[in-house]
Amino acid sequence: MQFDSFQALISMGGHGFYVWVSYGAFILVILALILATVIQRRQVISHHRRLMRSEAHRQGSGGKKHDASGS
Amino acid sequence: MWQWFHKLGSPKWFFGIAGRLMPWLGWLALVVLSVGVVWGLLFAPADYQQGDSYRIIFIHVPAAYLGQSLYVAMAVAGLVGLVWRMKMADTFIASATTVGAGMTFLALLTGAVWGKPTWGTWWIWDARLTSMLLLLFLYLGVMALRGAMEDPDIRARASAILVIVGVVNIPIIKYSVEWWNTLHQPATIKVTEAPSMPVSMWAPLLICLLGFHLLVAWLILWRMRNDILLRERRARWVREWVLAQ
Repeated sequence: MQFDSFQALISMGGHGFYVWVSYGAFILVILALILATVIQRRQVISHHRRLMRSEAHRQGSGGKKHDASGS
Repeated sequence: MWQWFHKLGSPKWFFGIAGRLMPWLGWLALVVLSVGVVWGLLFAPADYQQGDSYRIIFIHVPAAYLGQSLYVAMAVAGLVGLVWRMKMADTFIASATTVGAGMTFLALLTGAVWGKPTWGTWWIWDARLTSMLLLLFLYLGVMALRGAMEDPDIRARASAILVIVGVVNIPIIKYSVEWWNTLHQPATIKVTEAPSMPVSMWAPLLICLLGFHLLVAWLILWRMRNDILLRERRARWVREWVLAQ
């Protein structure tokens, strides 16, 4: 351990601001990339659900019409 | 070899393998990065010239390294996509662009924050910094180009060509510190030479480098799976997978 106290760790010999901004940016960039990917995944899945629902709807109504004309 | 190449081109096969690899990569990335960051921040000795500000190296160097190597990987994928019309190559480009842009941005930002206490300035228009900024613009250019194109085949070809043309910037970044006078120091760790820093400093750096690789691989596989789901929307297995979610 290079630092005697929590205070020394935070101040980093006067360079604390630069070091902690860098590590904070690192965390933020990772979180942003993860969030973007989670949103992408949700969009893809909801796109599929909509696509399947509209297809089922079209098939469903098409089938009924066919029934009606047959009877 | 060819069988493997053929398999790699199969979206369904890739989707399954990526799904099985992802948890391993994700957890391993978390563990390795935690070890590297804690070691670098708390246990590595202070630099005799720079004091504690050099601890930024454990983020800055891996981010800059991956920003560049991802771009080279995208150029190789672009070539594969153009020559063999492999769809998975475009899936890789689509997925790696965002991650590469994030890494390049992080390298530039931590570089600026490191430059202030070390050089006395946040930014200077010298060769290394300017060519790295150009790399970020190349990534953003690929993203903008892809967003502007509807037709998947034209989009794949256009972005592959842009990525391949832009790869000329990579040797410029790499050798900028040797060809021109620049504030930026040359590489600290080279494959061919013994490192110019003590083991207590380069060991955590190597661990962080490994952790960044795992993290980036995890993110790209995840994005590639999303891209495959969208691309193969007509496939039966995709629909069954979505229904199971």
